[in-house]
Amino acid sequence: MPNRFKEGDAVRVKFEIRPGHIRTPMYVRGKTGIIAAYYGSFPNPEKLAYGGDGLPPVPLYGVRFHLSQLWSDPSLKDILQMDIYEHWLEPA
Amino acid sequence: MSDGHVHTAGQAHQPIAKDEHELTYFEKRVVALTNLLREKGIITIDEVRRAVEEMEARTPTLGAKVVARAWTDPAFKARLLGDAKAAVAELGLSTDGINHLVVPENTESVHHVVVCTLCSCYPRPLLGEPPDWYKSAGYKNQIISNPRAALKEMGVELDEKVEIRVLDSTADVRYLVLPRRPPGTEHMREEQLAGLVTRDSMIGVAEALAPAPR
Repeated sequence: MPNRFKEGDAVRVKFEIRPGHIRTPMYVRGKTGIIAAYYGSFPNPEKLAYGGDGLPPVPLYGVRFHLSQLWSDPSLKDILQMDIYEHWLEPA
Repeated sequence: MSDGHVHTAGQAHQPIAKDEHELTYFEKRVVALTNLLREKGIITIDEVRRAVEEMEARTPTLGAKVVARAWTDPAFKARLLGDAKAAVAELGLSTDGINHLVVPENTESVHHVVVCTLCSCYPRPLLGEPPDWYKSAGYKNQIISNPRAALKEMGVELDEKVEIRVLDSTADVRYLVLPRRPPGTEHMREEQLAGLVTRDSMIGVAEALAPAPR
């Protein structure tokens, strides 16, 4: 599966509530970040966890967020980077 | 053993010590699964024991070798930052079980610190099992909500100009932080330098140790 996003792209994490082995923590859902790295494609762990083959592999990115935006606190100056699979991301 | 049950440590036919606690739900489940897999001939107890021994033999000294080499060999460091799995393999170290390894470099201007808020993702082949605090809700909450304050509490006071990057390891990537080489270590050889590289410095919650005064 070719990767849809490249470094520097602004992305929004989908705000979805799904049951199961989800690898996107709640605290970034609905938040906007920047693609900092593309790591390649990997079998989808959200399917692997239930005995599936996880195929096709899904692109995985390092997405960078400003803590100030994540927590709505302008006094925070630092950065949080998280690994997020492409199906959780949309262009921002 | 043909009696269909597993002897865990401290449990013999003639008990010499009382078990410290009742088995928890998950411990019971592990014992039940192990017995089923044995009965079906899928695994042997010896295989389980060897797997546990291999797991316990992995310690942060492995990661420290990688760091010490990177401190002393700029070409190796460049390869490590580019393709960490391949570079680590050059040292004869295994990264089996890690799908993608990334080594972020701490510098004068950037400090990386690793967490796994969802569970306990950790570069086990190079650091062994994670410490209990790494898996605690307290560490996870504090490091993602105010890493500067959390690091200060753990003894790392960073200049305001240093940007902190918290890496939340949620997926197929494992992170081994490359700490800064301490000042005053120019005369030291690779093997001596490895002794300054602590587990915590490779998680990013500490700096590497200062050398002993000469």
